[in-house]
Amino acid sequence: MADAEEPEKKRRRIEDLTEKMAVDSGHRDGGCDWDGRWNHVKKFLERPGPFTHPDFEPSTESLHFLLETCKILVIGAGGLGCELLKNLALSGFRLIHVVDMDTIDPSNLNRQFLFRPNDVGRPKAEVAADFINSRVPGCKVVPHFKKIQDCDESFYRQFHIIVCGLDSIIARRWMNGMLISLLSYEDGVLDPSSIIPLIDGGTEGFKGNARVILPGMTACIDCTLELYPPQINFPMCTIASMPRLPEHCIEYARILQWPKEKPFGETSLDGDNPEHIQWVFERSKERAAEFNITGVTYRLTQGVVKRIIPAVASTNAVIAAACATEVFKIATSAYIPLNNYMVFNDVDGLYTYTFEAERKENCSACSQVPQDLQFPPSAKLQEVLEYLTENASLQMKSPAITTTLEGKNKTLYLQSVKSIEERTRPNLCKTLKVFFSDVELGLSDGQELAVADITTPQTVLFKLNFTA
Amino acid sequence: MASTKASKEQKYDRQLRLWGDHGQETLENAHVCLINATATGTEILKNLVLPGIGAFTIVDGHTVTGEDVGNNFFLSKDSIGKNRAQAATELLQELNSDVSGNFVEEGPDKLLDNDSEFFHRFTIVIGVQLPESTCLRLGSVLCSASVPFLVCKTYGLIGYMRLVVQEHTVIESHPDNALEDLRLDQPYAEFQNHIKSYDLDSMEKKDHSHTPWIIIVAKYLEKWLSEHNGQPPKNYKEKEAFRQLIREGIRKNENGVPEDEENFEEAIKNVNTALNPTKIPSAVEDIFNSEQCKNITAQSPSFWVMLRAVKEFVHNEGNGSLPVRGTIPDMIADSQKFINLQNVYREKAMQDAAAVSKHVESLLQSVGKVWPESIPEKDIKLFCKNASFLRVVRCRSLAEEYSVDTVNKDEITSCMDSPDSEMVFYLMLRAVDRFYQQHSRYPGVYNYQVEEDISKLKVCVNSLLQEYINICFLFIHLFCIFGRYICSNLSLRFILGSAAQEAIKIISHQFVPFNNTFLYNAMSQTSATLSL
Repeated sequence: MADAEEPEKKRRRIEDLTEKMAVDSGHRDGGCDWDGRWNHVKKFLERPGPFTHPDFEPSTESLHFLLETCKILVIGAGGLGCELLKNLALSGFRLIHVVDMDTIDPSNLNRQFLFRPNDVGRPKAEVAADFINSRVPGCKVVPHFKKIQDCDESFYRQFHIIVCGLDSIIARRWMNGMLISLLSYEDGVLDPSSIIPLIDGGTEGFKGNARVILPGMTACIDCTLELYPPQINFPMCTIASMPRLPEHCIEYARILQWPKEKPFGETSLDGDNPEHIQWVFERSKERAAEFNITGVTYRLTQGVVKRIIPAVASTNAVIAAACATEVFKIATSAYIPLNNYMVFNDVDGLYTYTFEAERKENCSACSQVPQDLQFPPSAKLQEVLEYLTENASLQMKSPAITTTLEGKNKTLYLQSVKSIEERTRPNLCKTLKVFFSDVELGLSDGQELAVADITTPQTVLFKLNFTA
Repeated sequence: MASTKASKEQKYDRQLRLWGDHGQETLENAHVCLINATATGTEILKNLVLPGIGAFTIVDGHTVTGEDVGNNFFLSKDSIGKNRAQAATELLQELNSDVSGNFVEEGPDKLLDNDSEFFHRFTIVIGVQLPESTCLRLGSVLCSASVPFLVCKTYGLIGYMRLVVQEHTVIESHPDNALEDLRLDQPYAEFQNHIKSYDLDSMEKKDHSHTPWIIIVAKYLEKWLSEHNGQPPKNYKEKEAFRQLIREGIRKNENGVPEDEENFEEAIKNVNTALNPTKIPSAVEDIFNSEQCKNITAQSPSFWVMLRAVKEFVHNEGNGSLPVRGTIPDMIADSQKFINLQNVYREKAMQDAAAVSKHVESLLQSVGKVWPESIPEKDIKLFCKNASFLRVVRCRSLAEEYSVDTVNKDEITSCMDSPDSEMVFYLMLRAVDRFYQQHSRYPGVYNYQVEEDISKLKVCVNSLLQEYINICFLFIHLFCIFGRYICSNLSLRFILGSAAQEAIKIISHQFVPFNNTFLYNAMSQTSATLSL
């Protein structure tokens, strides 16, 4: 099919171009530069000013470091990622890696400007890298078409700075946890060379934020988890028997009717499949008609099923600009970095607000102290599970709880593997310690529980404290 | 290769959810002019091409240099030596096949000399890195043609934007935290009848716990009013007592223990919202008092005709209130009760909109126009729904801002009182513009110029201050530290991507643009909006 051929052809053409440039420029990367190319960057690095860092020594070495040595990792090649790659490349960074597990969708094209209609279906990381490398001579973006969780410690360790343009809090927390796990302490003192600064950006419609995180030193993602309130889902009884809004009707079709009627066999609902959405749309309309509810549209159906967040190019441009500025400042040590959280909103005029997010003393990710779990011994394990998922500072998704009993490692509850879930499910009804019943787990006061969850690459240690 | 309607819907899906199909249509009918394809300029234009404006024209007489290509994603190495407008148009056009790109290989001053009406055709003009004299000239030309003008400058680490538009009306401002329009303090007849149809005491338990909180509050408010001389709860103490009154209405089981009635809890939680008096927002009152509202002519834009019609409604059918909005928030209730209540509001809203339409009709007739051809009914309905959120933005002209007689001294001096104010950067930029006027170049472009230029800049700052504010020598030394810094003359362009969003607000007449000066400090990542 003609369309399928096109991306291949285009890719080969770009590779040829890059090849050609490498040959023309000889054996030095500097050969692809031209007169005045880096003037805009030099002026920042070769002159002091009122905002320069107190320790900054203007020199020509900073530019050299940027161009030849500094290694940056960009996480996400979507709305923020495309902007970040452009900004970093134009600022002189050449050794850039980009990770993204997604492929290109038509709805990306209104803002992810490194992609064209012909690229639909191709991996974002690869297309983005190709485009930047061909548009900005000398820039060597290396793509990784994979999940962040598929890369290991040794991969992340190689970077000077990591900048995130993610659309998922879970992924952010994972990245946060990974960088914290790379920290090394000597006699309880943090070794600064083990710190990899994390610049994190996020956008939603006309709102956005950018923050600078120095793992182990400044507030991390989990320190400020309350800033990301959990997603509200409609109560089941509303969906099942008392719909009032068109959204309730759509959730009914998605959550209840689809698994029951299995319209496409065993396939699960795919929000990107127009046939699936059409089915949900039809059922939702029927449901709405039953209750005299108006407002079910195809667009709304898709929005609810895919939990779509509206997005425009300009917000991403602003936030990516702020993030790239911070990467530049930190890489060159030329200016004092943002301290440490900026919020942006352009619904009514233009509004920014900058503040210092504070570290939480007992942060579950970066404080290094076991988290306090306070429960009466009569409490059931189910209550502990609910606490781990519902507490605003923890917001775990499906925690797996293990502990050491009688010298052996014991899984108290694990949800993600079906057989283990079935085996450990009865534990949820057991009490933590003996209490008017012989159905108990036998845990002691001060017992340490290790909890694993997708929100963190390392297990979180909790200490059980029995209350009266 | 133009897109099909379906592929456009897919492509623009994420932004259609923000400004709707009608908003998108205004974009697709827009022709934007960019003056100067610097890195800042092309960045702004990129954020307009991607969402699908109809067309753009770049006006730029400069030739592409090596430095240009180094910091501009939309210029390539082979464009060095070519005209900058032409070079940038190619790579910007490539971003979106739905958009048509044009270029003019001349600067704006020359263009105006040859064709004073050249800029009249545009929906909005965005001028980047223009000297003050050009801005003033363009400002006056565009004002007479009623074309909005957005001025953008980046200097070193400072970003600057100035919106120049005489009068910009917004119907859909989409406020973040809008107050609900519930009319509990002045229930209209149909609402009263609906409330009467409920007898909370005699209801079955299931109905009682699934009655919408609006009804509950209405019922208990009736009770309260009869016991308090027709006076609603006013202070904290009374509101607490009112909440208690509602709480006592919760059904109890055989043991006298209150049942779990979430709808009653909702009612108690929403007492403050419910007791908000129905009031015309002061912003809307101000708009009612404008000259344009008082004098409706055949040339009056539909915004003012509809506004006058709403004003007439307020003084007649509305009994002092705006048309009912017609929406209620979701609340715990069974489907039927909720839908019925929602319909009471919806029908009233439709009734009020119809009354407003009658006023529109007679206003149009009085100026020799016909309804509904001139103003479609759906426009009136949209207007009524947004009656509380209407906004009119008026920006002072550049001439007024710069002139010694009309400069906003108060704003300048009060900002200078706080040490961190971004106002300093505004004054610096004005001084830099003055430098350019005197020396035909910007300060500190080359390293060897820096020291000398600092003293020259000091002179500019001095003269500026003396014109506007008497004796601010205290700040001159501060300015000169910044002066060395401003002399970097870079463009840290990125942040002005948001300029594109302001342009979209102007084009779509949705969301509220800033008024009228925005300053951004990229080093501290702070900003300020000033009215100058």
